[in-house]
Amino acid sequence: MEIITSILAGVLFTTGIYNLLQKQLLRIIIGTALISHGAHLFILTMGELKQGAPPILEEGLSNYTDPLPQALILTSIVISFGVTSLLLVLAYRASKENGTDNMDQLRGNENDY
Amino acid sequence: MLFAVFLPAILAIFIPFLSKWKEKIHTGYFVLLAPLAIFIYFVRFIGKDFDTVMEQYSWIPSLQIGIDFYLDGLSLLFVLLISGIGALVTFYSIFYLHTSEKLSHFYVYLLLFMTAMLGVVLSDNVFVLYSFWELTSISSFLLIGYWNYKERSRYGALKSMLITVFGGLSMLGGFILLSIITNTTSIQAMIEQADVILSSDYFGWILALVLLGAFTKSAQFPFHIWLPDAMEAPTPVSAYLHSATMVKAGIFLVARFSPIFVMSDWFFIFVSGIGVLTLVWGSFMAVRQTDLKGILAFSTISQLGMIMTMLGFGTKAAIFAAVFHILNHATFKGSLFMIAGIVDHETGTRDIRKLGGLFTLMPISGTLAFFGTFSMAGVPLPFLNGFYSKEKFFDSSLHLNEYTSELANLLSNAIPYLAVFGSIFTFVYSMYLVFGTFLGKKQFDQLPKKPHEAPFGMLISPIILVLGIVVIGLAPFLFNETILAHAAEAIYGEPVKAHIQFWHGLIPAFYMSLAVVGFGIVLTISRKGWQSIYRFIPGKLSLNKAYDFILAQLENSSAKITNTYMNGSLRRYMVLILLTIVICCFTALGLTNGFAWDTSNLAPITVPEILIALAMATAAIATIFTNNKIAAILILGVVGYGLSLLFVVYKAPDLALTQLVVETITVALFLLCFYHLPNLTERIESKAVKSMNVLISLGFGVLMTVVAISAHNTKLFDTISEYFIETSHDLGGGDNVVNVILVDMRGLDTMFEIVVLGIAALAIYGLVKLRNKKGAE
Repeated sequence: MEIITSILAGVLFTTGIYNLLQKQLLRIIIGTALISHGAHLFILTMGELKQGAPPILEEGLSNYTDPLPQALILTSIVISFGVTSLLLVLAYRASKENGTDNMDQLRGNENDY
Repeated sequence: MLFAVFLPAILAIFIPFLSKWKEKIHTGYFVLLAPLAIFIYFVRFIGKDFDTVMEQYSWIPSLQIGIDFYLDGLSLLFVLLISGIGALVTFYSIFYLHTSEKLSHFYVYLLLFMTAMLGVVLSDNVFVLYSFWELTSISSFLLIGYWNYKERSRYGALKSMLITVFGGLSMLGGFILLSIITNTTSIQAMIEQADVILSSDYFGWILALVLLGAFTKSAQFPFHIWLPDAMEAPTPVSAYLHSATMVKAGIFLVARFSPIFVMSDWFFIFVSGIGVLTLVWGSFMAVRQTDLKGILAFSTISQLGMIMTMLGFGTKAAIFAAVFHILNHATFKGSLFMIAGIVDHETGTRDIRKLGGLFTLMPISGTLAFFGTFSMAGVPLPFLNGFYSKEKFFDSSLHLNEYTSELANLLSNAIPYLAVFGSIFTFVYSMYLVFGTFLGKKQFDQLPKKPHEAPFGMLISPIILVLGIVVIGLAPFLFNETILAHAAEAIYGEPVKAHIQFWHGLIPAFYMSLAVVGFGIVLTISRKGWQSIYRFIPGKLSLNKAYDFILAQLENSSAKITNTYMNGSLRRYMVLILLTIVICCFTALGLTNGFAWDTSNLAPITVPEILIALAMATAAIATIFTNNKIAAILILGVVGYGLSLLFVVYKAPDLALTQLVVETITVALFLLCFYHLPNLTERIESKAVKSMNVLISLGFGVLMTVVAISAHNTKLFDTISEYFIETSHDLGGGDNVVNVILVDMRGLDTMFEIVVLGIAALAIYGLVKLRNKKGAE
């Protein structure tokens, strides 16, 4: 199963990067969202996908899934949510102010250094 | 000695205060005290039974760097030149510079230079020597650019800075190699280990790097080009720095290190080869100049080449002659520069084509100029010192060592001819200089000022120098054993006895001198006839053009290179970053055989997982192809919800919950924003760009898959999660292990994740609420 999730993570990265290389702000944000999904799946796969009980302690059980990657992913999800929402608002404001969301046209002025 | 070296620098601190009274007392009178005091201090060391003095002061003991001063015959000669000519030049500058000039700047730079130069010749520690060396470059830069409102001054200052600092840095490289090989930083200790250095693998590098420093500083071919442009400096500076002292720093360096290098044939080939080339080229080019200081600049280049050549010979007679010529050149070149300054001062021009017949109006300067130029030309008269050293130069060029390499022997056979050839041109430009200025056609109406003799104070310094010429010429024995023999001994390593006489008998060197004078007279008279050769050589091959071309090319090509990758497109930067990651990681994987494939430890595959995975993959791919923004957002939602389903399958309830909520909010946010964002348009892009994007993203995806599979199959050690599961209840007081980890065991992560969310919220608030005035209008 790990091989399949690895490939799935690879597909998420591929599509994410492809979107990232486009010239529209919205696509770039979709790309970053896909990449963070891929990364979360990646972390999950790195811990073992062995079938065990959820990591909530119960009398008489000793075989649990690995709780550490889950804690890491939980942190990561929240952070990427914060970043994605900020990016979205930024894209909204940028396209509003500049009248375009084409990355090629967002280049600053001649004298901006 | 420490105080003597730093006296000028200390005085420099007070100059700005002293120059407040410059209207009443010219600041130069205060400055004069420093070189005079130093000169008197060091004159005491002169004597037949001179012995070397070593003084050590601690600076950075842990790096073996101490301010160690070593006074031997060679440094004594230089110290006396620096302080003696320094005093004369300061005195001259009092009359040359008007009080309306920025005197405090001038004298601060000059005093700094004096300290730097004294430090260079007295230092025994290579790194201290280097520090003083760069200080001479900097102070020389400041002095050349003294009239900084002139464009030529700034150009000349920058040029000299670039070239000498280039050489200085390579010299530092040579010094570092030397100190690593010998494990000492003291020059004298290095000389004792000369055999270690000579047999080292890096000897070639050391020789080349150190000589590069010396050649750039001493204006040797092809680095001589900065010196003529440095003539934009005030004349006292040209007389002091660019004839007597700084340009001899390179000579000093070669002389100082020659006990180490002289055993190698390459030392002879480099030093004598470049030296004789400089001698010939400098004197050849000097004839072409029309500016008095331009002639003198090329003449300095050529004379420095001659001294360099003699140091390269490495024979007793040659080294003695070199030391002798260092002294002689300082006397006659210093006086000639001062006279050029006087002519400029009194007539308003230095253009030799406008000058002529000044002897009747300026008889004293004219007489002094005759002494200086005749001595420079090496005219055989018993009261001119230039003749002696030139004769010795010819003599030593005929008695060279036997060399082991073909190239060295070839060069040693050619040197006498080249020396005579160069000296003929020296004769020609010397005669042109003096006759063109002081005799010949009188054309006073063309001059900007009405010429008359200079004030007496201005003439004192050149008179003293010309007296030096005559005294050395008439009584060379005064200097022979007291200074020169000690200096030559310091270079050669053994006591050197040389007799300076006017008449040696009918030796070949005498015939060479006669030939120089004979051909020189012929060429001087027929100068108009052959001057057109300068149109062919150097013509378009001028080294200045090469320098300007290189500088312009460096600027243009660096601008071009920067513009190719810094084109302002974020996409380009992403491509560069991703390509680097993909290429580096695949290379590393390939080189280390990092890929591992092991199917023994896998979890079983179940149908729901496969279905979810397929759905997610399809949705992810679909985001690429859809051109409808609402569709794209919803498809992205499918991926997110799919992920949360996977979390359910893999028994991660907290993750599934969070992912579900976050995905919902994100999609909602997307939907809020999408109304304001333009629709996704059909992307019009070239095939090349498209396939590049596909390649990079596929490469990255494959890389991550390969890394994931390999990493999963490589178990180095057990997980620490057992500890969390065991202690969660007892130590953390909770049964939900993930939550205990988040708030108890790794609580810091959670705290800062909250901070991240808070910052994001504030930033969003700011973005939405705050507008700049311009946007609101």
